[in-house]
Amino acid sequence: MPNIIATLFFCIFISGCDSAAWNNPYSAEEVKQNVYYDSFSERPKHLDPVSSYSANEYVFLGQIYEPPLQYHFLKRPYELIPLTATSVPDPIYYDEQGLLIERSAREEDIAKVVYRINLKKNILFQPHPAFAKDANNQYVYHDLDEEKLSNIYQLSDFNLVGTRQLTAHDYVYQIKRMAHPKVHSPIAGLMAKYILGLSEYAKLLSEALEENPHDFLDLRKYDLPGVKVIDEHIFEITLTQKYPQFRYWLSMYFFSPMPWEADYFYSQPGMNDKNITLDWYPIGTGAFMLKENNPNRRMVLERNPNFHGEAYPTDGDAEDYAAGLLEDAGKPMPFIDKAIYSLEKESIPAWNKFLQGYYDTSGIVSDSFDQAITFSAAGEAELTDEMKEKDIRLKTAVTTSSYYMGFNMVDDVVGGDSDRARLLRRAISIAVDYEEFISIFANGRGESAQGPIPPGIFGHVPGEAGINHYVYDWQNNKAIRKPIEIAKELMTKAGYPNGRDETTGKPLTLNLDTPAAGPGTKARFDWLRKQFAKIGINLVVRATDYNRFQEKMRKGTAQIFQWGWNADYPDPENFFFLLYGINAKVGHNGENAANYQNDEYDELFNQMKSMENGEARQAVINDMVEIVRRDAPWLWGFHPVGFSLHHGWYKNSKPNLMANNTLKYKRIDPESRYEKQQQWNQAVWWPVVVIILILIFVILPAAISYRRNETRSIS
Amino acid sequence: MPVIFITDAFIFLLLAMVIGFVFYARRHEHLRAPWREVAKRPLAMSAAVVLLVYIVIGLLDSLHFHPALDEPDNQGNTVYSTEINSVLDLLLNDLRQNTERTYSAPLAAHAFAKEIIEQEDGTQVRDYPRLLYGGAYLNNPETERVPDILLRSFIGILMGVFIGSILLLLFVWLQAKRMQLNARNIFQRLIKDELDVPWYAILLTVSVLLIIFSIIFQLSGHYHVFGTDKVGQDILYQAVKSIRTGLVIGTLTTLVMLPFAIMMGLMAGYFRGWIDDVIQYLYTTLNSIPGVLLIAASILLLQVYIGKHEAEFTSLEQRADLRLLFLCIILGITSWTGLCRLLRAETLKLREVDYVQAAKAFGVGNFKIMMRHLLPNVMHIVMISIVLDFSGLVLAEAVLSYINIGVDPSMHSWGNMINGARLEMARDPVVWWSLAASFIFMFLLVLAANLFSDAVRDAFDPRLRGID
Amino acid sequence: MISYILRRILYAVPILIGVNVITFMLFFVVNTPDDMARMQLGMKRVTDEAILKWKEERGYNKPVVWNSEAQSFEKITNTIFFENSIKLFVFDFGRSDNGRDISYDISQRMWPSLAITVPSLLLGLFSYISFGLILAFFRGTYVDVSGVILCVIMMSISGLFYIIGGQYLIGKTLHLVPISGYDTGWEAIKFTILPVVVGLVGGIGASTRWYRTLFLEEMNKDYVRTARAKGLSETRVLYQHVFMNGLIPILTGVVVLLPTLFIGSLIIESFFAIPGLGSYTIDAINAQDFAIVRSMVFLGSVLYIIGLILTDISYTLVDPRVRLN
Repeated sequence: MPNIIATLFFCIFISGCDSAAWNNPYSAEEVKQNVYYDSFSERPKHLDPVSSYSANEYVFLGQIYEPPLQYHFLKRPYELIPLTATSVPDPIYYDEQGLLIERSAREEDIAKVVYRINLKKNILFQPHPAFAKDANNQYVYHDLDEEKLSNIYQLSDFNLVGTRQLTAHDYVYQIKRMAHPKVHSPIAGLMAKYILGLSEYAKLLSEALEENPHDFLDLRKYDLPGVKVIDEHIFEITLTQKYPQFRYWLSMYFFSPMPWEADYFYSQPGMNDKNITLDWYPIGTGAFMLKENNPNRRMVLERNPNFHGEAYPTDGDAEDYAAGLLEDAGKPMPFIDKAIYSLEKESIPAWNKFLQGYYDTSGIVSDSFDQAITFSAAGEAELTDEMKEKDIRLKTAVTTSSYYMGFNMVDDVVGGDSDRARLLRRAISIAVDYEEFISIFANGRGESAQGPIPPGIFGHVPGEAGINHYVYDWQNNKAIRKPIEIAKELMTKAGYPNGRDETTGKPLTLNLDTPAAGPGTKARFDWLRKQFAKIGINLVVRATDYNRFQEKMRKGTAQIFQWGWNADYPDPENFFFLLYGINAKVGHNGENAANYQNDEYDELFNQMKSMENGEARQAVINDMVEIVRRDAPWLWGFHPVGFSLHHGWYKNSKPNLMANNTLKYKRIDPESRYEKQQQWNQAVWWPVVVIILILIFVILPAAISYRRNETRSIS
Repeated sequence: MPVIFITDAFIFLLLAMVIGFVFYARRHEHLRAPWREVAKRPLAMSAAVVLLVYIVIGLLDSLHFHPALDEPDNQGNTVYSTEINSVLDLLLNDLRQNTERTYSAPLAAHAFAKEIIEQEDGTQVRDYPRLLYGGAYLNNPETERVPDILLRSFIGILMGVFIGSILLLLFVWLQAKRMQLNARNIFQRLIKDELDVPWYAILLTVSVLLIIFSIIFQLSGHYHVFGTDKVGQDILYQAVKSIRTGLVIGTLTTLVMLPFAIMMGLMAGYFRGWIDDVIQYLYTTLNSIPGVLLIAASILLLQVYIGKHEAEFTSLEQRADLRLLFLCIILGITSWTGLCRLLRAETLKLREVDYVQAAKAFGVGNFKIMMRHLLPNVMHIVMISIVLDFSGLVLAEAVLSYINIGVDPSMHSWGNMINGARLEMARDPVVWWSLAASFIFMFLLVLAANLFSDAVRDAFDPRLRGID
Repeated sequence: MISYILRRILYAVPILIGVNVITFMLFFVVNTPDDMARMQLGMKRVTDEAILKWKEERGYNKPVVWNSEAQSFEKITNTIFFENSIKLFVFDFGRSDNGRDISYDISQRMWPSLAITVPSLLLGLFSYISFGLILAFFRGTYVDVSGVILCVIMMSISGLFYIIGGQYLIGKTLHLVPISGYDTGWEAIKFTILPVVVGLVGGIGASTRWYRTLFLEEMNKDYVRTARAKGLSETRVLYQHVFMNGLIPILTGVVVLLPTLFIGSLIIESFFAIPGLGSYTIDAINAQDFAIVRSMVFLGSVLYIIGLILTDISYTLVDPRVRLN
């Protein structure tokens, strides 16, 4: 027995030696390679670019698919640059008669807007079985049946792969897919308003599908008037009205190229049953391709051998030079061979693995914040000594998002256009101390919002001119929340002295509707109740599940709710439309969750949305902000500041909140990483030995005395 | 203005039943004997004392009311707050109200994390700010805090010892009067454990608890004994408030399922035939659904119900309470099958016994036979399963809260505390006190319940007597 | 024997139908198809048409149990209940609400679950029985007394504390094994150590005490007394008689557990990020994916019933006095 144990220990020891540290969560050979390690917490639901619409999916899609445009990696404010296009297209305007008109023409005169996109040549798709051809130039895998699929369980089980050039047809095909009856595209409704003939096209396709429900619906056979292939590398998109924000959409994955071969390949009978779908195995032209898709454990991206090549940017902001972000300028990308994303649902293990060197980057959850960050006397965020010692670096950026608390404007008590409700809303706006919220729950990683527009987006006004004077005062060069007495006065004016209804004498009770559950939410709700209690309001938190919450929002039975919005693109329209009357949740099922409606605001919105950035637009925006500040349909909440950490061996890191295709810029120094991992993860064995010894010492005396008893003869 | 939650009503119903049972058992020797057996065990009696303390706290926390507001309304009528408090909240008012801004360690005078503090001259420094309540009256916490804590603890110990001694004297005096012996004699017997009940263990436990209470009493007025949580609420208060939740889950679940389990078990065993088949079918079906999934579905169901009847649940506490009750019911549904099966097997044996056969021959009604002859003879099984289930249910609550299908997130419960504190373990330095407090409170309750239930099982199950 | 097993299997059918009806009702009342669609389609920019389309694709636009518009048989078969519930009986789990084939996922995720549960069961049995035997062996001595007290103490600690403590101590402080995660092949071993150890330690209290009682009960029986009187040494009595006879209830108790090993442990899997069926279920509950949860409930019930049948059979195998009829 002791021999066996010794051998076992020896074996473990041996295996421990060659695979680096004991607690290394990766396989032995991966450790020293040029691999990027990261984690993901939520399994991506869709990897089909036409239906994907969430950040956790973009992490992968961004590296694989290439829409015509992208954001410049380094420059701020965000700047659109071509990706597969040769230049950023300028809209060409036509009037009713189809005549070219000036850019500055009145909106009413514009009947048609054309975007002409020139594509770069010699871009190849990643190797993929859908392209595989045999000697006779026939597609190998385009007539699959049950028998041929019998040994196929995942995409990599197809032996042959092929590729082909990217053409304008692929982009057109994808735009047509937005109307595909079997695919759900979240922006189909929005785009149907703009792209010529898209809604009719959707009807056409569903009719075609009804006729032949089992056949492959070949979109090439049906023409969509709004998109036109000019030649192999040029295509045009025609919009029915002026929409300057459209070029931002051209950098989103909804507008990625999709080869018809892939659609056909995945649509063959039997593929769906094997879970081999476009939603699961993407096919793109980007720097990386998805090698392993096992969202229960890990996702692996690998360098695309057919990548067309792109050079690291040669210009950036002034401070980028100092930060060494341009050391790689002009070098061919990508720099890393492989990226492994492991599933981490719990934040503690993920954080600990980062500290052990097994993840290259990490965000900071509130609970590990104090370990990582201290604030200098001047209030600047700095890394703690522990982090500095490990050569960990910090990057911060104010995100282009808003977390706000909304009032349901169709509610009897808090909603509506009456002065009473407006005063009540303003009183609450003062009472809920978001500065304290940021400091407790976000560790100070946030900027309290003065209106709907976050910093970094056109229209945001910094400093004294930009404060919400209904809630803040400008003192000592800072926006200071008005004292609680002001809120109490407002309550009295609104007819709720001390939080009690003037007429009935009853205390005012308001409801917060929320789908939140889980650790940490209780603390937040307790805090919120405390805030409302300051002006005598009793806040009831009606926690429910996600579906119930959505239903309440749709029916307008919620009263107060918390909501957030991430910018789709860096344009104020993307925030103001959240308060546009026609977008109300109730009745229109739009994104205006507060159901706010104000005619003056709506009119200004229509005016603002098609204006070019400039002083005139700023003036309109200021008017709009003033209206919503006065009406206070939201507590403006805060804009989170993103803090991210990365190890010293991880280069070229600059937070970019608009671009998702940032993996190709990243560089890793695997040797230094390996050294650090070894150094940080020395196994500690003595406690195990101690426990075994204790066990032996406890049992031994009893055994000895027992033995003595047993052998003692009766005499 | 008193408010009665549904669970409150059930708790007091349960209390009434227990009291009724005690009076009933006193008059029936076969029920008294095993309990006397239990009472002879020092460990069980110590556990009983601890349980009693928990129960008293739980009961105090089950008397709810709307506190009156200071100012009356225009007509001069008293207006009640929409808030709902319990008698326990009144007793612990200081703990409840004295909230800090965020984390603070146990017995600390400074906050846990550094903050930017604006000094009197307008400059800013980053340092650990003083707490609003914890050690607030100290002028110089660095030097005064530790001596102050020691002094207060010492006073606490003295106070505990003093009250304990008074209790001891009172006990000796009463016993002496009852047994007509002199006090010295009683005292000697007490120490040598020669009384009919191991009073020394009970008095010892009481004294230890008294000392602990006194220390906490002395300290909690000026410090946060178990620290504060993320939003500055006192952890001790939360842990104490969680007691009621734990007790309700542990007891109401059994109470809810008991009538079904007993009725079904007896009927299946007694009637046999198709009734037996139906009942067996019912419990096999229910048993074969994984319990967690059943609970998850039911909790979702409840949320739909509450969502559709929003108007009826005006207060947070009422919603939480309904969810608690629902959780008890659903836990009951998943756990009644075991008892039912045991009862069925026992009844199958009992129905062949002479006196049951005789009663049948005399034409006594089926219902009467079950109530008169069968039920009393299976009561020991019921008793054992009640006490054995208790600790398991208290532990189950924590696990269910972890997957968000436990009690309402706004309710004080150990499961919610653990769930919230889980993430705090990642902090460095570690925020351990919330986890520690829930651990200690839960551990003590479950340990006491386990020890007590061991004694009950031994006393009621003669098969095992003498082995354990 | 075979006819008995056949009968038991037939008897299982109404139970499974019952299970199906109950889960169907529970989940369908909670989750209308509209809810499911919204859950799957995400937060931003969801239109009513999209929801209709989603329901249509998955057949959720049909009537619930009775299709009055359809012809003859289709009145029953062309309904949500039939499509989603009855098909389970031929283990056709269909697709989850996010469009994945459930059977495939289950067959993939079964192995990690087994990688945790099987070693836990085997090592657990080994150590609990050893501890139980040791305590029974030293009955009445300080080893027994302190052992029992330790057991009660360990029983009184919530399992969550073992997990949190284990992860903190072994993974974070001592650097012995990865904190969480999973890998395929032999690499999996280092990931399974921690969850298995935690599961083992968590179960020590209750199980050791239970086995101890079992052995003590056996030791008090007449034949043991006879064996002792015969002059056999205590060690031999313990191993030859007590241990062997005590194995019967232990084995039959284990057999009922065997099928449920596939399901895995809900809590341990989600804490340690093991991609098994337990975390599959938890994820499905959190995502309110009706189809997966129903399939897992069905699978769980089937396995439970298999366990019951296996127990009955194992009884006859180890104890000749029991006859099946």
